[in-house]
Amino acid sequence: MSAVIDHGHAGHDHHHGPAKGLMRWVLTTNHKDIGTMYLWFSFAMFLLGGSFAMVIRAELFQPGLQIVQPEFFNQMTTMHGLVMVFGAVMPAFVGLANWMIPLMVGAPDMALPRMNNFSFWLLPAAFTLLVSTLFMEGGGPNFGWTFYAPLSTTYAPASVTFFIFAIHLMGFSSIMGAINVIATILNLRAPGMTLMKMPLFVWTWLITAFLLIAVMPVLAGVVTMMLMDIHFGTSFFSAAGGGDPVLFQHVFWFFGHPEVYIMILPAFGAVSSIIPTFARKPLFGYTSMVYATASIALLSFLVWAHHMFTVGIPLTGELFFMYATMLIAVPTGVKVFNWASTMWQGSMTFEAPMLFSVAFVILFTIGGFSGLMLAIAPADFQYHDTYFVVAHFHYVLVPGAIFGIFASAYYWLPKWTGHMYDETLAKLHFWMSFIGMNMAFFPMHFVGLAGMPRRIPDYNMMFANFNMISSIGAFAFGATQLLFLFIVIKCIRGGKPAPAKPWDGADGLEWTVPSPAPYHTFSTPPEVK
Amino acid sequence: MAGAKTHDPYYVPAQSKWPIIATVGMFVTVFGVGTWFNDMKAGHESSHGPLIFFCGGLVLAYMLFGWFGAVIKESRGGLYSPQMDRSFRWGMSWFIFSEVMFFAAFFGALFYVRHFAGPWLGGEGDKGVANMLWPGFEFSWPLLNTPDPQKYPAPEGIISPWGLPLLNTILLVSSSVTLTLAHHAMRKNHRTPLKVWLALTIILGLAFLGFQAEEYIHAYNELGLTLGSGIYGATFFMLTGFHGAHVTLGVLMLSIMFIRILKGHFNADQHFGFEAASWYWHFVDVVWIGLFVFVYVL
Repeated sequence: MSAVIDHGHAGHDHHHGPAKGLMRWVLTTNHKDIGTMYLWFSFAMFLLGGSFAMVIRAELFQPGLQIVQPEFFNQMTTMHGLVMVFGAVMPAFVGLANWMIPLMVGAPDMALPRMNNFSFWLLPAAFTLLVSTLFMEGGGPNFGWTFYAPLSTTYAPASVTFFIFAIHLMGFSSIMGAINVIATILNLRAPGMTLMKMPLFVWTWLITAFLLIAVMPVLAGVVTMMLMDIHFGTSFFSAAGGGDPVLFQHVFWFFGHPEVYIMILPAFGAVSSIIPTFARKPLFGYTSMVYATASIALLSFLVWAHHMFTVGIPLTGELFFMYATMLIAVPTGVKVFNWASTMWQGSMTFEAPMLFSVAFVILFTIGGFSGLMLAIAPADFQYHDTYFVVAHFHYVLVPGAIFGIFASAYYWLPKWTGHMYDETLAKLHFWMSFIGMNMAFFPMHFVGLAGMPRRIPDYNMMFANFNMISSIGAFAFGATQLLFLFIVIKCIRGGKPAPAKPWDGADGLEWTVPSPAPYHTFSTPPEVK
Repeated sequence: MAGAKTHDPYYVPAQSKWPIIATVGMFVTVFGVGTWFNDMKAGHESSHGPLIFFCGGLVLAYMLFGWFGAVIKESRGGLYSPQMDRSFRWGMSWFIFSEVMFFAAFFGALFYVRHFAGPWLGGEGDKGVANMLWPGFEFSWPLLNTPDPQKYPAPEGIISPWGLPLLNTILLVSSSVTLTLAHHAMRKNHRTPLKVWLALTIILGLAFLGFQAEEYIHAYNELGLTLGSGIYGATFFMLTGFHGAHVTLGVLMLSIMFIRILKGHFNADQHFGFEAASWYWHFVDVVWIGLFVFVYVL
């Protein structure tokens, strides 16, 4: 029997292929179209947020003020964070979910296809609103991506109102997207695809979607409190009325900490598919991976105040949040151990997806270790708001989330486009990214430990060398991403035709359909043995 | 065969204009509101905000009619399999969970202020040093004095739970009962009792809203309890206000279900639209119980 499942059952409805022209994309209900739009949108935001980062690194190339004013520098750090978190990383994972989850569970599409398209289109609207604030009187948001009150309320530029509504639109989008993912996974699996047979990418997305639905409304709540404080005289974050600015931080980080797992769990899932493929061994410890992911997600609700050790919380709180945070290292360690064991004695080859995945395991672990250092409350008093924190979260986000996305993109590009990408260029992309990002972020550990504060456009002379190295690395990393764009376009336009299963160690339903995947797949569900 | 049902073709709708219309509507609406609020705060005499907001609202109303209309037509056209029905059920359940978490943010703020931030401001507990900001400030709940009365004039009194709020509790709990009776009637295909119980539910919901409005007027005019009267007023009005907005939405949903029932929609087996609205109503009821206990009584 052919490994390629013929997608039969034509005729029960009238659409066979995609419509033509722009309206195909605007009106679509097809999970592959929507996934593609999410991925392109995410890449556009990656370049936009990246260009903000270039401004930051250009200013920090030397001590003193050279290029931008501090007011504008603040807007750049703020917008860089917001655009990267909400515009680049999250939509990229939703795009991957859209493309791959129906293919992986044998579903004809996402469970609620029209709502799916709504989720996507809200994002361009939200980011139009957000980015337009940069051109408003008084400038854009300048209070950091964590928008602590009262910087974001009493002392905020007028454009903060539009920032708040942009966050609301993003929240709607995320919640609807997450509902769609959960409904698809729980209801549209092919017969025989039991929960514990699901690929880990599906598992991690199921858990991510739960996190999204649990915390995005809390973010909506906190920005609503801000809106009321700014325009209607409430005193949630004003001690003069009996409120508390620290309340803002509690509510924000109750959202914010699960949010960082939202940005990494899908990458865990993708890497858990890619490493077994290129090690040509089944994933080591599948069940423990599922439970580890669930534990990380549950613990993420109990650790938020480790972002606030220095703000003045009671000693009991410091201790509780310190130990709870360290506990997360246990399930995370299980995962790292499992990835390493999967590679152990495997017949490994190092195509681009595998290179990014191996780098992911190593570099994410470094970010995890610096996280453990930050989790120690008394030590955090020293590290708080220094470049050490910046180094830490860039190590989990760039070689963590972003490398996970690159690995996924190379892994599934043949399935999406029907062509193999240019392996030589992809490896070049990997090595330049790898060197660039380490050069950009590793020195930040040192300047941070030595006391360089984050979010400040000027610095002490003694940090000059490391900052110059960081900036050169950042420019190299940024420029390299144009190469990625070139590789993807080249792959779409042509290249060696990809077979249904281009990776010989790959496993899963997505490799049973032809490459490129037909516009409609699994109209009749496959049987999973 | 047990698996046969899942093999029904899953309904994937053709291209749809509603998502993009909804996006445009939401964008215009929030842009209008933002412009309006900012002009208000800047003290501008006139603002285009309300007009933009109104236009956005019209687009959203058109979208809601059109989109839900399309779904109802598809459902009545028999396009939805039992599997599709389950997707809708998962969708509605998780939507309600997201609403629960939205309220949780505001309840969390209330608990934090009452048990941590407030006592610290009053000089008690671990971080009682905060009392240095306004020496002599004494914290009590309900907060009838604010640290800075110039900026946040304290209320003269608060709403007693045993008047209108108790009445409203009785009204809402009764409305959940009548709605359940309506549901039972639906399942037995008894259309007349269904209509009567549902109409009664809607009337109880409207009565609740009326009394809530009366309570607000009383609070603003006679007690000086406002959004700006310190953290008590802020939490009180935000929690009860968002709840009231949800009751309004619930009444709207139930009214549409009532109209659909009058038109002969739904039968004993297929009535998820009605069920979704009733789930929402019960959720709103449960939130009220929480409000009554934690905002009014305790």
